[in-house]
Amino acid sequence: MTGILSLITFLPLAGVAAILLLKVLGQSGERADSATRWIALLTTLATFALSILLTVRFDTTNPGFQFLEEIPWFAGLSYRMGVDGISVLFVLLTAFLLPICILASWKSVDKRVQEYMIAFLVLETLVIGVFCALDLILFYLFFEAGLVPMFLIIGIWGGKNRVYAAYKFFLYTLLGSVLMLAAVLTMIGVAGTSSIPELMRYEFADWLQPWLWVAFFASFAVKMPMWPVHTWLPDAHVEAPTAGSVILAGILLKMGGYGFMRFSLPMFPDASTMFAPLVFALSAIAIVYTSLVAFRQTDIKKLIAYSSVAHMGFVTMGIFSGNVQGEQGAIFQMLSHGVISGALFLCVGVVYDRMHTREIAFYGGLVNRMPWYAAVFMLFTMGNVGLPGTSGFVGEILTLTGVYQASTWTAFAATTGVILSAVYALSLYRRVVFGEMTNPALAQISDLDRREVLIFAPLILSTLYLGLQPDVVFNITGASVEALVGAWRAAVAG
Amino acid sequence: MQQLVTLLVFAPLVGAIIAGLFGRRIGNVASQSVTTGLLLLACGLSWYTFGQWTWGHMEPFTVAIAPFINIGDFQSAWSIRIDGLSAVMLVVVTTVSALVHLYSWGYMAEDDSKPRFFAYLSLFTFAMLALVTAADFMQLFFGWEGVGLASYLLIGFWFKKPTANAASIKAFVVNRVGDFGFALGIMTVFWAFGTIQFAELFPLIADGASKTWTFIGRDWPLVDLACVLLFIGAMGKSAQFFLHTWLPDAMEGPTPVSALIHAATMVTAGVYMVCLLSPMFEYAPVAKQVVTLIGAVTALFAATVGLAQNDIKRVIAYSTCSQLGYMFFAAGVGAYEAAMFHLFTHAFFKALLFLGAGSVIHGMHHEQDMRKMGGLWKYMPFTYAVMTIGTIAITGVGIPGVFGFAGFYSKDTIIEAAFAAGQTSGYGLFAFVIGIFAAGLTAFYSWRLAFMTFHGTPKWGHDAAHHADDHGHDAHAAPAAHDDHAHHDNHGHGHDHKPHESPLVMLIPLGVLAIGAIAAGFVFVGYFVGHHENEFWRGAIFTAASNHVLHDAHNVPTWVKWSPLVVSTIGLLIAAWVYLLNEGMGARLAARRGPLWTFLYNKWFFDELYEATFVRAARFLGDVFWKVGDQKIIDGLGPDGVAAVSRAVGKRTGQLQTGYVYHYAFVMLLGVAGLLSFALYQWSR
Repeated sequence: MTGILSLITFLPLAGVAAILLLKVLGQSGERADSATRWIALLTTLATFALSILLTVRFDTTNPGFQFLEEIPWFAGLSYRMGVDGISVLFVLLTAFLLPICILASWKSVDKRVQEYMIAFLVLETLVIGVFCALDLILFYLFFEAGLVPMFLIIGIWGGKNRVYAAYKFFLYTLLGSVLMLAAVLTMIGVAGTSSIPELMRYEFADWLQPWLWVAFFASFAVKMPMWPVHTWLPDAHVEAPTAGSVILAGILLKMGGYGFMRFSLPMFPDASTMFAPLVFALSAIAIVYTSLVAFRQTDIKKLIAYSSVAHMGFVTMGIFSGNVQGEQGAIFQMLSHGVISGALFLCVGVVYDRMHTREIAFYGGLVNRMPWYAAVFMLFTMGNVGLPGTSGFVGEILTLTGVYQASTWTAFAATTGVILSAVYALSLYRRVVFGEMTNPALAQISDLDRREVLIFAPLILSTLYLGLQPDVVFNITGASVEALVGAWRAAVAG
Repeated sequence: MQQLVTLLVFAPLVGAIIAGLFGRRIGNVASQSVTTGLLLLACGLSWYTFGQWTWGHMEPFTVAIAPFINIGDFQSAWSIRIDGLSAVMLVVVTTVSALVHLYSWGYMAEDDSKPRFFAYLSLFTFAMLALVTAADFMQLFFGWEGVGLASYLLIGFWFKKPTANAASIKAFVVNRVGDFGFALGIMTVFWAFGTIQFAELFPLIADGASKTWTFIGRDWPLVDLACVLLFIGAMGKSAQFFLHTWLPDAMEGPTPVSALIHAATMVTAGVYMVCLLSPMFEYAPVAKQVVTLIGAVTALFAATVGLAQNDIKRVIAYSTCSQLGYMFFAAGVGAYEAAMFHLFTHAFFKALLFLGAGSVIHGMHHEQDMRKMGGLWKYMPFTYAVMTIGTIAITGVGIPGVFGFAGFYSKDTIIEAAFAAGQTSGYGLFAFVIGIFAAGLTAFYSWRLAFMTFHGTPKWGHDAAHHADDHGHDAHAAPAAHDDHAHHDNHGHGHDHKPHESPLVMLIPLGVLAIGAIAAGFVFVGYFVGHHENEFWRGAIFTAASNHVLHDAHNVPTWVKWSPLVVSTIGLLIAAWVYLLNEGMGARLAARRGPLWTFLYNKWFFDELYEATFVRAARFLGDVFWKVGDQKIIDGLGPDGVAAVSRAVGKRTGQLQTGYVYHYAFVMLLGVAGLLSFALYQWSR
């Protein structure tokens, strides 16, 4: 199985090559676009199949990195790949969402189809690379380069204010990147290696840890995003095309949480303990603050974007709780949010494709003409609210339980999010779906078509399956999370 | 037995899935038949299980279905726990549910989304069964929120009505406020005792009783803290004082729903939880006082509000709220058995009253305002008869030591238990006094309902403005709120405006429930709270060695035994005086709009208070955070500020900002690559 990680990571580039070949051959127009779509779909499906194989073959009893690859590069650097229980499911999530994104863009994207699909395939390579990279430099390259296709997706295929949104997105992430780069270089200089497993064993000096922690924090906090560096997210979501939003909420945000678990906790354990109260405070603020803001939104996508920030607040506090319940909950919450928020953005996409507006006030009474859509939207709304039986519940209750041990105040404040999420999510649903259909423009709106059903079916099944049988995730992540928590405790105690 | 109870629990789910997903394809009759049939099956199995428990000396057992969440000590599983408590609840839930399914064949006959309705009913039943058979807090929470979801969906079943939509959200959100406490309670239990499984937890409680626990910066007695937090959840689900506001509004749902969910089963989940957790509450003296206090206040509060309402369903809703208060203060004084007994009998007579009210509403062509009824006994004799039985049952009529209707046994036991507890505790005494007083109020509003509806001169028919005016939903219903009436308009116009008796399919459930309302107390009193009490519960309810309240309740002075009957007779007489003998007196009193009447009619102004505080605060804070916090402060200092500066700089230094995103992207990539290569070069030197 050696080499499977590289294969999964770079397989999407084969699709890019095929699309480029079409272009070189001078193919354009409707037929070339159609071929492009199929190439992208088949490539992402193949990648997904491989990542399932990866997950199946993953040894759940081994807490360390598996499927290791190491190829010496230059100047003492190596190309190192590997996954453990923390990262392997993010590879799966990414590979799972990409075919859905391609399908979601099947009809709605009709300009520059080739470039669009290339951007998504490149993005897939880079994101999977982030989760597989075991070399700090390699990680950094994937991590930062991943922004470029996302940036283009928003900037080219986005809505009216796309330039402002792309700019804001860029500015925030740039700030984080620069600081993180400085930290990366310092770490390599100090430890004399860029191997992530080795860095995890290296003990950074007490005075240095806080600095490095803060530098990484700047980057990851923007990615999550945490309050108060979250304001780029609603704008980015509003302007991004549907599939862009799915990737953004479903995967890109998780790179921040993954970063905390991969770097901040194991490499700077003392600093993590020191700064945990700060993270708790920001998380609790994020949950209450953005939930209230979400409640007042008039744009469907903005509302869901703000709710994403609130949900990420559960993740960050879970990560820094320092117990297995919190960490497992955080991972689970990220996976679950990847599915549910992705699905919610797709729900917005369904009506946006038909009506070309995201104004909540424009809609109302959709259930009268779109009963299946109403049912699907209801399911994901309940997932968003964290109803037991959906995956949304498991992550919420576990992160809350986890943080309760570390700080009852945080748990207390964050649990109000349970109330507030019901307020904004149900009021959105009511305004869009329930009631009389009064807007004549909606009179001919059609229910889900087959393609849309195909898109939602896997998301529905995952939401329910993960909600009822969350142990499938915990069995895979368990050993690595135990090791992570154990190492953190040992480091702080020692 | 294991297979039987598994079948029992999952049968309603199967029905819900079939009717929900394939209802349109298989049609109305098939959907209704499948769901109702499976419910009847579940009901039969429940009674069999109950029989095995009560007379067959069955041991308690737990069926493990599948693992749920398992992380470290946080261990939970999908399971079916069968013991005395769950056996009682199985019977209550499936009996009422099966009857409501049947009843809905008639009541919902004109509705155009019957499969959806029956799917929701069955889904609710499944969630409720999952709740009562849970063996750990996670499944309990699953059922807890699952019934909340079903309640939300059913309150908002007529989704075109804005009032129904508002009521459904209110119900969900207020319940979530309760869940806030519930979730924190579970977390407290987990970290204090290292388990969330009941069987593992309960033996540990005694050791934890003396411990303190630090929570939000203060030290609390551990078990008290956990119990109070969990009780907040019960307050939400069981509509207790402060968190009661959703229940009256929930009457926007179809009446069978009100009978099943908002009277007999879901709202009693809080009572059930407190009894289930009796091994905890017995070590939580403060929490028990809180439960007693809240229960007693609710019993009084809801009864007073019930006096002044005109909507037939709302009167019964407040009555439910009040009766739940009785159950809670019974549990609070330590008479969990009495609480469960009242839960059991109440399910029969309250479901009966609701379904009877539904029959009236059906017969009156969807009129709910009692002021527009009157004299119906002639037109709906069967409904009249069973409603009267229900009223006798709820007012607790019976002769001590001889015979009484269902409510007589259970409510009197509660009042006697409160008196017994009152010998040593002020809270018990408080509950006793309120229990007696509220019993009088109960009699008054219950008979008022019966008299206004069935007796006196008819106030319908010769009302020309009847149709144009409004169908009299209630005072708050917006004009657009009458879609459910529109649903039934062809029905309404098909007849002249004469009320009519309901079809047989609706009357059969009424008849069955009427039998329950008569006999449930007499037959089961010995098992629930009497001589066989210990063998019946067999450890499902735990009472501390010092807790003799149920025993003492049987030995109270004679005047205590008779006083509920006396006050409820007084209530009956006053109601008869005002609404029967001096018809119109009630209306004249109301028309004066005295301060007391206004206060009661407006439900102590709770809705207005919450609107003015929580709702407005949430809106205000949301706007401030959004428009000031995000847009002015964060964006102003952050990206927009930078943009302004860079624009200014850009103007001077030339056209660096071309506005094309590619350029940004390209520059970004170049920058990253440049920085990296420089750094690598430096480092590898």
